[in-house]
Amino acid sequence: MSSLLTQEVPISWYLLLSAVLFSLGVAGFLIKRNLITVFMSIELMLNAVNLSFVTFAHQWHAVKGQIFVFFVMVVAAAEAAVGLAIIIAVFRARATLAVDRIDLMKL
Amino acid sequence: MILPLNLWLIPLLPFAGFLINGILGRRLPKWLVTTVALVAPLAAFAVVLYAAAGVYLFTHIQCVPSVPLPCSIFKPYVEAFGQWLNIDMLHIDFSFVLDELSLVMLLVVTGVGFLIHVYSVGYMSHEEGYARYFSYLNLFLFFMTVLVLAGNALVMFVGWEGVGLASYLLIGFWFQKTSAADAGKKAFIVNRIGDFGFLIGMFLLLANFGTLTFTEIATKLGQDPGWNGGVVTVIALCLLLGAAGKSAQLPLYVWLPDAMEGPTPVSALIHAATMVTAGVYMIARTHVLFDHSPFALSVVAIVGAATAIFAATIGLVQNDIKRVLAYSTISQLGYMFLGCGVAAYSAAIFHLVTHAFFKALLFLAAGSVIHAIGGEQDLRKMGGLWKKMPVTFAVTTVGVLAIAGFPPFAGFFSKDAILYAAYLQGAQGKALWFVGVVTALLTSFYMFRLWYLAFLGKPRGETAPHHSTPWSMLAPLVILALLSICGGWIGIERTAGSTGLSRLSSLVNWISMERFGGFLAPAVGAGAAEGGSAQLELILSAAAVGIALVGWLLAHLFYRQKSTLPARTAAALPGGYKLLANKYYVDEFYGAAVVKPLLAISTYLLGWVVDKALLGGAAWLLGGIAKFAGALLQRWQSGNIRSYAAWLAAGAAAVLLFVVVPWPAVLASLEAIHFGVAGH
Repeated sequence: MSSLLTQEVPISWYLLLSAVLFSLGVAGFLIKRNLITVFMSIELMLNAVNLSFVTFAHQWHAVKGQIFVFFVMVVAAAEAAVGLAIIIAVFRARATLAVDRIDLMKL
Repeated sequence: MILPLNLWLIPLLPFAGFLINGILGRRLPKWLVTTVALVAPLAAFAVVLYAAAGVYLFTHIQCVPSVPLPCSIFKPYVEAFGQWLNIDMLHIDFSFVLDELSLVMLLVVTGVGFLIHVYSVGYMSHEEGYARYFSYLNLFLFFMTVLVLAGNALVMFVGWEGVGLASYLLIGFWFQKTSAADAGKKAFIVNRIGDFGFLIGMFLLLANFGTLTFTEIATKLGQDPGWNGGVVTVIALCLLLGAAGKSAQLPLYVWLPDAMEGPTPVSALIHAATMVTAGVYMIARTHVLFDHSPFALSVVAIVGAATAIFAATIGLVQNDIKRVLAYSTISQLGYMFLGCGVAAYSAAIFHLVTHAFFKALLFLAAGSVIHAIGGEQDLRKMGGLWKKMPVTFAVTTVGVLAIAGFPPFAGFFSKDAILYAAYLQGAQGKALWFVGVVTALLTSFYMFRLWYLAFLGKPRGETAPHHSTPWSMLAPLVILALLSICGGWIGIERTAGSTGLSRLSSLVNWISMERFGGFLAPAVGAGAAEGGSAQLELILSAAAVGIALVGWLLAHLFYRQKSTLPARTAAALPGGYKLLANKYYVDEFYGAAVVKPLLAISTYLLGWVVDKALLGGAAWLLGGIAKFAGALLQRWQSGNIRSYAAWLAAGAAAVLLFVVVPWPAVLASLEAIHFGVAGH
């Protein structure tokens, strides 16, 4: 007999989850004002993409997709280090993390 | 010629001196600067002497005893350093040529040049720009020797422009003085007009002969007898314009009197002995062109004669000792042009040489006077200097006698050679001769005027010599004085073994310059003197000496015996005196006719209309467009990160929509609905 436990989760579910996560990331990026939340939204988008990468890697039995995930994680880690440093610097200088207030370059 | 003469060393040695003193001069000790400055021209002079010895020996090898003069090197010695320009039909070598003409000129340039370098050591010893001065002077020698050695017109033009540059730098040596800086600019700009003529002449030469090499032009002219008048006249007149600019002839002479703002040795070297004679040299060098155009030749003669008498009359009333000499230089250059104009090129070059001796001497002596009495140049404030400066007085006397044309001084031989050659040229020649003789009278008068005012009589004003003249200034004076005495003797014919009347006639014959003329003949042609005779020469030279004597006596009367006479004469002829004292108002005329209109055009038409309105307006318009576009486009760049991100997301969504939705199918179904509706 087949039950949910024995059946494989269909590919489309993973992709759907990935799309939802990505859309949440985009929405967070667009809506949120706090710089750290914006930053986390970006991480969310990256991980949504990672999820679709591994999904397709599983489907096609190709290791390339998984390797790509590691690349993305490495870049994301580096980005997190730099990004957090910048955020701290911005906070120290301007005492705020609201993206709308960080507008020194604006005319 | 087999032995290499190393002509390239002649210009390069002064150039090395220029580089060393020009770049390192400030840091070198003074004695080293002096050494470099003196060794460079001396070594160049040595190379020239070596070349002269080579030519002389070669001449004697080639001369067959039975063949009379002219006999010389059969072919000019050419030193080519490879092609310079090679464009289509245009082939120009960088070449130097040594023939009789350039040899004589080189001897004068490097020899007199060296003497004036020595003189400058004493004269400029207190100057701040000591090394700068000598680097310029060496630079001048570099360009002048290039000019003289040039084998074609373009190389000559390089030297021609270069000496103009050196002249500009040296006239404006005391550039802190506005008058000196202005005089330098004036010299440079007036010379541009002449250089324009030279350039056009070169273009015409290229267009008609396809070459700028002097010997090739001569060959082509000789091959085709059809070259007469026409384009040759135009070329010759263009070259004459160039020569008139460089040699300060009418109407371009105005820069030379102002050039006296430079240091006196510079006036002696550049503005009396060498550079200003470049025009005469150029005409002699391109004489084949002038020989084929009688019209151009007579224009040269008329310009020369007019300049000679014009400048001499101005020289009568000048009170600045250097300006008297400057006008005298213009006048003597007029003589040389007169000589060229009657096709007596060797006589013109002869006068060039002797003039270099005695005019350099006179300038240096004047410099010695100015140096000793602390910078005073006004003749009216001098007087009685003969006791305090006996050597300077003696050499000036020699120079005055030489320029006035008394035998046996140098000027007598060369001036009479020109006048004699002019006299033989028909009716026009007689008129030119008359002008020349009147000029000789004026020359004698104003030179003795200078002599009396500066050295004789009682001292006027505070003109006690401040310091004694150093040996470095006296030695060149003495050598130049000896040359001014003996320099003319190279014109005397050697007639060993003749006796009696024939000896007398040969003594008279000196004026026809068999030796000097014969030496130069291969380079400049023998000159067609017909109808001359020893008696005629004797009469003419006696007349010239008599005229010079009259000039002396008049000067004696005016400035020694009756010192009130000059003032009374001036009062009797107020208009004439004013005209002369103001130099015929030529500077004022040029100012009103050329400078003012040019300034007005520059200020109003070019400055306001073209520059401010057209160019400025165009720039303003372009800037305005950019500014306006920027104002519009900057709205796009709101600086709001979230709006950027929203645009990005919207764009990505649009792309996604475009890629994912199967548009053909959608369109087809839409059409089906449409037609389905229409069908019913």
